[in-house]
Amino acid sequence: MIRAEELTFDYERLDEEGKVESRRRAVDHVNLHIRPGKFIAVLGHNGSGKSTLAKHINAILTPTEGTLWVDGMDTKDEEKLWNIRQDAGMVFQNPDNQIIGTVVEEDVGFGPENLGVPTDEIWERVEESLRTVGMLKYRHHSPNKLSGGQKQRVAIAGVMAMHPRCIVLDEPTAMLDPSGRASVIRTAQKLNQEEGITIVLITHYMEEVVEADHIFVMDDGKVVMQGSPAEIFSHVEELKKLRLDVPQATLLAYELQKRGIPLPDGILKNEELADQLCQLKSKM
Amino acid sequence: MLRDITLGQYYPAKSIIHQLDPRVKLVTTILYIISLFVAKGIAGYAVATVFLVMVVKMSKVPFRYITKGLKAVIMILMITVIFNLFMVNGEVELWRFGFLRITDKGLRTAVFMAIRLIYLIIGSSIMTLTTTPNDLTDGLEKLLGPLKKVRVPVHEIAMIMSIALRFIPILLEETDKIMKAQTARGADFESGNLIQKAKAMVPLLVPLFISAFRRANDLAMAMEARCYHGGDGRTKMKPLHYESRDKMAYGVSWGYLLLMAVLSFAQGFYGVMLL
Amino acid sequence: MSIKIKDVNYIYAESTAYEIHALKDINLEIPDGQFIGLIGHTGSGKSTLVQHLNGLIKATSGRIYFNGRDIYGENFSMRELRSKVGLVFQYPEHQLFEVDVLSDVCFGPKNLGASKEEAERRAKEALRMVGMGEEYDKSSPFELSGGQKRRVAIAGVLAMEPEVLILDEPTAGLDPRGRDEILDQIERLQKERGITVILVSHSMEDVARYVDRMIVMNQGQVRFDGVPREVFRHGKELEEMGLAAPQMTYLMQALKDKGADVDTDATTIEEAADAIEQWLKG
Repeated sequence: MIRAEELTFDYERLDEEGKVESRRRAVDHVNLHIRPGKFIAVLGHNGSGKSTLAKHINAILTPTEGTLWVDGMDTKDEEKLWNIRQDAGMVFQNPDNQIIGTVVEEDVGFGPENLGVPTDEIWERVEESLRTVGMLKYRHHSPNKLSGGQKQRVAIAGVMAMHPRCIVLDEPTAMLDPSGRASVIRTAQKLNQEEGITIVLITHYMEEVVEADHIFVMDDGKVVMQGSPAEIFSHVEELKKLRLDVPQATLLAYELQKRGIPLPDGILKNEELADQLCQLKSKM
Repeated sequence: MLRDITLGQYYPAKSIIHQLDPRVKLVTTILYIISLFVAKGIAGYAVATVFLVMVVKMSKVPFRYITKGLKAVIMILMITVIFNLFMVNGEVELWRFGFLRITDKGLRTAVFMAIRLIYLIIGSSIMTLTTTPNDLTDGLEKLLGPLKKVRVPVHEIAMIMSIALRFIPILLEETDKIMKAQTARGADFESGNLIQKAKAMVPLLVPLFISAFRRANDLAMAMEARCYHGGDGRTKMKPLHYESRDKMAYGVSWGYLLLMAVLSFAQGFYGVMLL
Repeated sequence: MSIKIKDVNYIYAESTAYEIHALKDINLEIPDGQFIGLIGHTGSGKSTLVQHLNGLIKATSGRIYFNGRDIYGENFSMRELRSKVGLVFQYPEHQLFEVDVLSDVCFGPKNLGASKEEAERRAKEALRMVGMGEEYDKSSPFELSGGQKRRVAIAGVLAMEPEVLILDEPTAGLDPRGRDEILDQIERLQKERGITVILVSHSMEDVARYVDRMIVMNQGQVRFDGVPREVFRHGKELEEMGLAAPQMTYLMQALKDKGADVDTDATTIEEAADAIEQWLKG
């Protein structure tokens, strides 16, 4: 679905005459391969390059060096630009700044309109997408009256209506409250499981990634760790060094291990930890 | 005060006015404005009033909501009235204080001018209250469509308008927030002379501009990500086509303008009788 | 510096179709030097309440006393109140406007009438307090990272030397690193200066870790007020308000449900670890 080879991107700062004054490397020789239908998470703190990477998948940015393919299409190929953007949709961080329509359904229709979809089909797609994200009853509302989580779900529906095979969500929950955050993540999971859409979730909230199929951890423009959630979260010390959070259950298990209690690595959920502890107790 | 502007705000309701084609509403609003300037005498204004009241009733927008829009322009209204009241010289003097005098003609002009302005604002508010900004820009785009042939970027203008309308409430809210935040840091937006007041606006305007640019940047990116590439090859979710009710509405509007013209013409002949 | 809130009601857009009863009969007392967490779902009235405390919003009815003086009284100076009760809004970095960091932080003290030297002294002190070194004094605030911008904005309020510091979701949108840095600095500040801090938040983990008193609001009313572990005992009610207890509370509950005889009051990792260790060895 998505493949990056030696992907590198420099932000350039131009002086007044338009010459490159300074460069800052945001993504540094990244190699990755994302298979169709997977739920992928990219973790990293601000400035780690994860958002820059995300913008490459939608061809908003093109690599300074290296190559990125979306469904076999090179993002540098300008003729494929609109195909790539239709194929890999993108949801951004700020819910207010990505809604174009003044009525929910009109906003969802914006993408298909740009693709030149016939009118009747636009209506079908809009209805279907709004139903999938659970916002159908708000179709005639103004986006300004919705909560942050609802706005993000409208934005997701707007991407869905373009019938993409992959959706990149760039910190979609950073500006939301806990219940909004949960509703957006649930929606992303549903799209992945029920519609088979590949999800690339960029985030710094670790509780959102425990269910992911695969996690990439980025730091300073590089992929520094990758693996399943259980694998990633068994490296508590490394994650702490990267100043990333670890699920609370994992932290507690780690604390107990340090106190000499023999628990396995990679515990992610409360239930898991409680089970393990009860087993230990029964053996005592 | 900024919050009182109803112009450009949509009031959702299910009414025949809401359902009309935006082009009909745009054209009717223009016809109505013309009619206000054609109107002469009580009869003309009476017809204009009846027409307006009918449209307001049919639109199902609460009257209080409409009049809220007037608050924002009350100053302009007052100035116009006062200006006309004292400046227009008539024959019969009604009141005098020093060099200030009010005559019958001045009073009449002032009253009619006020009515004209109020109706104009109510009339255009009704249009924006019953038409979603998207519909409005679609209508405008279609009406101005012929101008594309002379290379006027009609689609782009329409898109700019619709985005502006979408972001007005967001920026108003933001203004309020920044103002409060700076007040909490001891800023004072109210007292002082004009220069001090202007200086006090800097901590408000700079963050507001920065935020507006940031939003513009974000929005441009979001639009591109959703394959926006100008008006070419774009289809419409809600294409415009006239229904029979739209044709009827056109008939009513033109009929109304004709009536107003006739009345005004008659006024020329029988001026005294009709006042 | 005590604050006393008596029977405060606030009705937004009174007698219009949009009327909202945002605050209902609020009675609270905030004594000196407490670290308070104010929790509530979006729209619970918590932001409205804190704006009352420095006079940005006037209550529809009720009284607020600052050090025993009625802030709606005739001779009460709002400017003085605003210098004593500092309020840091959500996303405070959006209010930065000056050409350099130092001038921006000087804005508050200057508004209070401090001389240029005095304002700069206070600004520098405030900037060091939030961990912004001298090397940043002359940088443009717009070239800093998100976390740094936020700290500069907080310094902008600290430079007014408030005795009560209110922060409305100071960690929103920050990554874990930025979040920990800011919360640690606020905690240190509270301890070293003995000022009252009110932290508006919806992160239960943050609150459990830092505060000594928790006020929970829902639908414009104060629903719980007490030390965190007491409040977290009401897990069910908190969930009904769209809030949640800290993860540790759920874990201890899960253990108890499986028949373990553990104390479910633990709210932080350390407390939970202690309780589990005790239970395993016991």
